[in-house]
Amino acid sequence: MKVGILYSRIRKDEKLLLNELRERGHDVVKIDVRKLNFGLSETPEVLGELDVVVDRCLATSRSVYATQFCEAYGVPVVNSPDTAQTCADKVQNSLALEGAGVPTPETKVAFTKDAAMEAIESFGYPCVLKPVVGSWGRLMAKIECESAAEAILEHKATLGHYEHKVFYVQEYVDKPGRDIRVLATDGEPVAAMVRSSDHWLTNAAKGAETDEFELDDEAKELVEKASDAVGGGLLGVDLMETDDGYTVHEVNHTVEFKSLNDAVETDVPATVVDWLEVKAGAKQEQEVFA
Amino acid sequence: MAECVQCGADVTLHDNAEVGEIVDCTTCGAELELVDQNPPVLDRAPELEEDWGE
Ligand SMILES: [Zn+2]
Repeated sequence: MKVGILYSRIRKDEKLLLNELRERGHDVVKIDVRKLNFGLSETPEVLGELDVVVDRCLATSRSVYATQFCEAYGVPVVNSPDTAQTCADKVQNSLALEGAGVPTPETKVAFTKDAAMEAIESFGYPCVLKPVVGSWGRLMAKIECESAAEAILEHKATLGHYEHKVFYVQEYVDKPGRDIRVLATDGEPVAAMVRSSDHWLTNAAKGAETDEFELDDEAKELVEKASDAVGGGLLGVDLMETDDGYTVHEVNHTVEFKSLNDAVETDVPATVVDWLEVKAGAKQEQEVFA
Repeated sequence: MAECVQCGADVTLHDNAEVGEIVDCTTCGAELELVDQNPPVLDRAPELEEDWGE
């Protein structure tokens, strides 16, 4: 198959995918989105003739727009622009999960400092303030007391980009020092790991320890529902264990998998490429029948 | 081997280095991007601009 990879940086994750695709003899076209411009109707030459395009743009705005253009040109793209849009924004992500009946932490959104302060007080301390757009746990705050809350809200309101003037306040989930990251293709788990840390943020990017995790039926079902809720695709689903089962924090759409690949027995890039082959094959079949 | 655009030191690239890949200059610590392969050319890597990744 002919696969396009939309990127602006080749990290280890992209490299793993590229190597796997090339080893299988697929025709890989690397597409640096910084060099493209997208017209409204005419498909850029590099995008034509591709069986599938994989969006690996790191910057959310690029990911959201580039995938929309691919779809508009009729070029099959994973993940879909709908999925990208829903996952790129924590508010939309939370609404999608809640709407699908997936347990997710209690969340309130406010647009002013005063309204945010009320939301914070309603949760009590500690609670969590997150940027609506962002990654790797950056700019997330665990708020322990009123004076800290006031200071952080003041900072965000004064220094922040307009997106930081949307205050996303969440209950603090007292997880057992770890969270679970599941990589899934259209809701089917590829592999899962726990990320453990003494720090309240357990992102692998923050240096958490990782270990393979065996999903039980409840977790599998939630991963499937969470994936459907955001429109499916190649996704990272973040779960935490609570006293009443799992809660799903968010679903990530340009998912990193290098640390997962190191932590588990499964060959993650191989499984992802298996899935891509099916995706591209399904598209070719459709064309035959069309 | 390619030249660091910041300090001029030689930067060793691994065999299967790829256009778009980020390498660090061990001499000055700059983050560099491989922008061309034959011959290898490095440029300053783009800064982290907005929200990156997941
Ligand atoms: Zn240098």
